[in-house]
Amino acid sequence: MELNAQRSTLNAQFEAVIGLEVHAQLLTRSKIFCGCSAAFGAPPNSQTCPVCLGMPGSLPVLNRRAVEFALKTALALGCDITSACRFHRKNYFYPDMPKNYQISQYELPLAWRGSIKLPADGATRRIRIHRLHLEEDVGKLLHAGTLQEADYSLVDFNRSGVPLMEIVSEPDIRTPEEAGEYLRQLRAILVYLEVCDGNMEEGSLRCDANVSLRRVGSEELGVKAEVKNMNSFKNVQKALAYEIQRQTQILEEGGRIVQETRLWDADQELTLSMRSKEYAHDYRYFPEPDLVPLTSSPQRIDEIRATLPELPQQRRARFVREYGIPDYDAAVLTASRPLADYYETVARASREPKLASNWVMVELLGHLNKDGRDITESPIPPAELTAMLTLLRRGTISGKIAKTVFEQMYQTGKSADLIVKEQGLTQISDQDELRRIVEEVLAAHPGPVADYRKGKVQSLTFLVGMVMKASRGKANPQVANELLIARLKGEESGGNG
Amino acid sequence: MMKITLAEVEHVARLARLELTLEEKERMRAQLDSILSHIDTLNELDTSAVEPTSHVLPMTNVFREDEATPSLAQEAALANAPDRHDLFFRVPRILEE
Repeated sequence: MELNAQRSTLNAQFEAVIGLEVHAQLLTRSKIFCGCSAAFGAPPNSQTCPVCLGMPGSLPVLNRRAVEFALKTALALGCDITSACRFHRKNYFYPDMPKNYQISQYELPLAWRGSIKLPADGATRRIRIHRLHLEEDVGKLLHAGTLQEADYSLVDFNRSGVPLMEIVSEPDIRTPEEAGEYLRQLRAILVYLEVCDGNMEEGSLRCDANVSLRRVGSEELGVKAEVKNMNSFKNVQKALAYEIQRQTQILEEGGRIVQETRLWDADQELTLSMRSKEYAHDYRYFPEPDLVPLTSSPQRIDEIRATLPELPQQRRARFVREYGIPDYDAAVLTASRPLADYYETVARASREPKLASNWVMVELLGHLNKDGRDITESPIPPAELTAMLTLLRRGTISGKIAKTVFEQMYQTGKSADLIVKEQGLTQISDQDELRRIVEEVLAAHPGPVADYRKGKVQSLTFLVGMVMKASRGKANPQVANELLIARLKGEESGGNG
Repeated sequence: MMKITLAEVEHVARLARLELTLEEKERMRAQLDSILSHIDTLNELDTSAVEPTSHVLPMTNVFREDEATPSLAQEAALANAPDRHDLFFRVPRILEE
């Protein structure tokens, strides 16, 4: 079937109904049921033990911090915590899972019924969270070629048993863009809570989507397809747009949607049916006999609630209120906690929150993005940027020079003071020196001087430019401007008198 | 009339990756039927006021602290592998033809 994934206008007869399942790897030191390191990137099968290899007789013991992280997230999402929850075995055969079951949660998940607010045209859209539960990750498979072609596959069990938190939304999402926004908000919350690093490309944040269509106005849900293997925000949006188109076309042609799992192919930009096995979803869940129930008392929940940091949306609103910056800027600056901390440090220390916002957003983020660096890798620490802004505020350097100084600070790591001193970049506000330059410029450009006197005001801009040029950008433009006017007008009045 | 059909026996066998002969399937069907009949006997009890029991011990919240402890050496981890490739476990083709 030929489809154009770019064509995103949905036939007005149908609306899309989308629910997202997000798996977030928790930032614990050790795995969820054993003491093996949960660190990413170790040599294959170097972080395994009888528990995470599924050896007979080995017993799982729950990681306290994994539970704490999941509770923290549940509270930040406004969920109800299940006072006593359990773990279940989800039984299926796949070579990435040595026990032939995954320890997960089934009818009593850790938490239920939360929500995420999405900003939408001044209002907010609330996407409900259905449930949040804990489970173990599975091993990583490497196929010889693609899964379809491979004669054999290789297994690395380092990831087996790394704690995962699964967050399932209600089918409240209507467009690919909204799905992207939901993911961005959720990611920001997880990163703020410091429970997940949020890296989709490395797989610490994964997203599957359930997509169906229904006639506009209908409350009934259509047959859904589950889309997997979307490893970036961009891919999630593209895959959903494609899938909506595919289903629209089938329905328009009078066909029926088959319930199935489809894999997003990022190279071809389409979803492909994963040849489903008939019994794939018969998991025969039963209570995990090796793990006792998990309870959370009201006191424990209060203790954890007290550790919640200010969340991104609250911080964004506060930045607008407290620092008087536009909402858009506040959204950019609160995208991650280290970035928001960086900005806030500079805004407070420099007492120039708006100036700080411009310099962090435009210059600093511009440079960092170009180099593919994170704010935590900034060669300019907040105190140094503050010092530069102070020089700018006091008029020691001009805005133009500030850009040069910033560039050198970024490249060399030197302080603004040192760069200004070493290169004599101090702005010339000294009247005598500027007057001398003004005289030179007036003498060199009699044409524009005459024009100005004839009433051509624009000539002044040219003359100020010449003064700036003659001073190699160091003249204080305001002072130069005043001196020029005084001189031009003074001479005029002198001539008449 | 048995409580379980031959098709259900085949379904369960397939889930457990068991290949059974027709004779074995019939034997399993009879055994599973007797188990289900026994459950029927248990179902005569009124348990509406009883919480489902997943564990018999009155214990909750058994935790370990989040500390990384030494893992197996790679060679030890791979020692029981039916097949391997360098430091990976090697498994046969996954998808059915």
